[in-house]
Amino acid sequence: MLRIDNLRKRYRTGDEALKGISFAVPSGQIVGLIGPSGAGKSTLIRCVNRLVEPTGGQVFLDDLELTALSRSELRKARRRIGMIFQEFALVERLTVMENVLSGRLGYVPFWRSFARRYPPADVDKAFALLERVGVLDQADKRADALSGGQRQRVGVARALEQDPELLLIDEPTASLDPKTSRQIMRLIREICAERNLPAIINIHDVLLAQDFVDRIVGLRAGEVVFDGPPNALSPEVLTRIYGEEDWAALQRRPDRETDEERGAREAVDGELERRASFA
Amino acid sequence: MANSNAAPALPETNKNVTAAARAWRRPPLIRNRALRWTCGAGVVVYLTLAIASLQVNWVRIYQGLERGWRFVQGFLLPDFVSRWSDIVIGMRESLTMTVTSTVIGILISVPIGIGAARNLAPRPVYLLCRGVIALSRSLQEIIIAILFVAMFGFGPFAGFLTLSFATIGFLSKLLAEDIEDADESQAEAIRATGAGWWQLINYAIQPQVMPRLIGLSCYRLDINFRESAVIGIVGAGGIGATLNTTMDRYEYDSAGAILILIIAVVMAAEYFSGYVRKWVQ
Amino acid sequence: MPIASSADKLVWRYRTPHQRFALWAGWLALITLFVFCWQVMTKDTIWSFVWDAPQQAADIGDRMIPPAFSYFPELIEPLWDTINIATLGTLIAIVIAVPLAFLAARNTTPSTRTVRPLALLLIVASRSINSLIWGLLLVTIIGPGVFAGVIAIALRSIGFIAKLLYEAIEEIDESQVDAVTATGASSLQVLDQAIVPQVMPAFAGISVFRWDINIRESTVLGLVGAGGLGLKLQASLNTLAWNQVTAILLVIFAAVAISEWISARVRHAVI
Repeated sequence: MLRIDNLRKRYRTGDEALKGISFAVPSGQIVGLIGPSGAGKSTLIRCVNRLVEPTGGQVFLDDLELTALSRSELRKARRRIGMIFQEFALVERLTVMENVLSGRLGYVPFWRSFARRYPPADVDKAFALLERVGVLDQADKRADALSGGQRQRVGVARALEQDPELLLIDEPTASLDPKTSRQIMRLIREICAERNLPAIINIHDVLLAQDFVDRIVGLRAGEVVFDGPPNALSPEVLTRIYGEEDWAALQRRPDRETDEERGAREAVDGELERRASFA
Repeated sequence: MANSNAAPALPETNKNVTAAARAWRRPPLIRNRALRWTCGAGVVVYLTLAIASLQVNWVRIYQGLERGWRFVQGFLLPDFVSRWSDIVIGMRESLTMTVTSTVIGILISVPIGIGAARNLAPRPVYLLCRGVIALSRSLQEIIIAILFVAMFGFGPFAGFLTLSFATIGFLSKLLAEDIEDADESQAEAIRATGAGWWQLINYAIQPQVMPRLIGLSCYRLDINFRESAVIGIVGAGGIGATLNTTMDRYEYDSAGAILILIIAVVMAAEYFSGYVRKWVQ
Repeated sequence: MPIASSADKLVWRYRTPHQRFALWAGWLALITLFVFCWQVMTKDTIWSFVWDAPQQAADIGDRMIPPAFSYFPELIEPLWDTINIATLGTLIAIVIAVPLAFLAARNTTPSTRTVRPLALLLIVASRSINSLIWGLLLVTIIGPGVFAGVIAIALRSIGFIAKLLYEAIEEIDESQVDAVTATGASSLQVLDQAIVPQVMPAFAGISVFRWDINIRESTVLGLVGAGGLGLKLQASLNTLAWNQVTAILLVIFAAVAISEWISARVRHAVI
């Protein structure tokens, strides 16, 4: 369970990226964080595991106050938080196995990680995870030899290798095609359900967020302007978060759709999938 | 650790994953086992033979350490005064040689570099220019200096010629490579307007290679100064000759002074070239 | 701006008047500097020697050809020495340059106020002094021979390798470092798992490149007594045996050509 209490971030230039964010995420809940560019979504996520240092407020993981930890205690705490990145952030010149095993770095001493002699249990877990995410056959390939979707799956496996209690996910689908995006979001949703993991997903595709998350937090200029279920995202709410736009066009209305319109939409989806398979 | 390590059931697994049986090692750099062992053995054999051939005279080194210590003292407490006039002459020669040889070197290198670019020059010109570049690059500056001193006499003029010749090998080669790597589509577009050869160079090639050429010229200025501090040892002028004499006379504090001056000039040149390169961007 | 309005019409010029003046002043300054340096430099030049040069060149050229083929066997051991000087010197330099580079890189140095400037100073000092000068110093201190040559090459190469390496370290992809840090890894583990793999290709390329340059430089170290082919060169020059000099130059040329080929191949393979 994650609790964020009046979190603030002010940069030395005077910019206030976060102006007092408060909310809590119970176990097993997937929160989608939406908002315009510069709203502070990435900053918020990075303040939770202190990759960016907050300037005010507190973050609690269960009963542990993350914002008050020393450097070595922070390292131990980070083991419990898995992070998945937008541009995958795999170490490109290392193999897939080495990337997944690097999730255990916080648990093993330096000489073990240097000699790549991880405990057998960790190695077994890595194999199982690679199979779960569907890239076991790529295990000994270099990370930069994989496609975008495959790399993101390895990123998911790396985060899970940590046995985390919380997942922080920063725009996991921004660099992926539409079909792969849905596959990755589906994978994340299934895994969070299997392990009862809370997750915060920073996402800019509103439709994707609506289909796959339990709760939506809308951020604008460093403040929470919406906190509720996905089906409460009306055009007024979206205007409050993002500003004026033709929101009606963005939202699908299956009850108003005629057979003709549905046929057209399915044809477009099919075409997108066909093109994606060539990419 | 309050964290539970038990992995939950994995409903999607349909392959038979035996738990403790699979081991993993990082794939080695050279996959072929025989090749790997041969390379390793070769390295060990070479190192043994090479180190054995060193013939280190530890007694001599021990005796020399005292001299080395005096040299370090000379470096920390340098003497700029006693040999000041010699130092001034030497530095003046080095600095003037550097400036003149770099300028002339650039002037000659640009046409040769253009002539050595496969996508611009006709074949006989290309071969000739590449030949000149190869000749300039294969001979070490000192050797060129020796030859030029034998031909032109002692003094900085021979040094100037040496450094200019060496500059050609460096700048022309890199310039030619840059021109060959330049974006073809830009050249195509200019050609399509009906431009002549010189216009092509001026509009399509020059804007692309100019920034890097300026950067490389600054770098070569730095190299030429460092070289000018050395070729004096064989008589081609510059502060190298002064340094050599102070070392011969065991005047380590003057030697230290000269070295400090060389380092200072190189540092100044580095700041200057960094500034110029930023200004060009 | 190159676009200005004059008499109600937009006018475009390649450069503003200000820019044109600056450019003109710059060229003037450069030409003045050049002429000044030229005058100072050639003040004591004996021009009769210069005009005599083609004659001298022809004379020497005559004596250089044919090369003394009988001399080649004597050059094998100095060649072996030269290769060792270059290789051992590069290896020693790598061992010292790698930690120095990490201390000098802005993103891996333990302290940007004290450690980094010191590391940068050491790198500049090593780079500024040509290996021949290092050789001169070392021969006076520890005596002539191959060992002095090895140390001289090492001292010069430390600066070269460390400079290029720390620039490569500063250019790495930080998101990979972030990702590994987020798992709870220690700084040493981050170094090993995220930074070192990224700079490996650059490191291999730089080391082989420097080895290639060192072969070139080792061939002439003997001129100051530091062993290798340069000793033979010095001896032949002193006795004005120009045909022997040609033989030595041919061996040097061959060694440099081979080492450059090896270096180019390795650098291509590592990208």
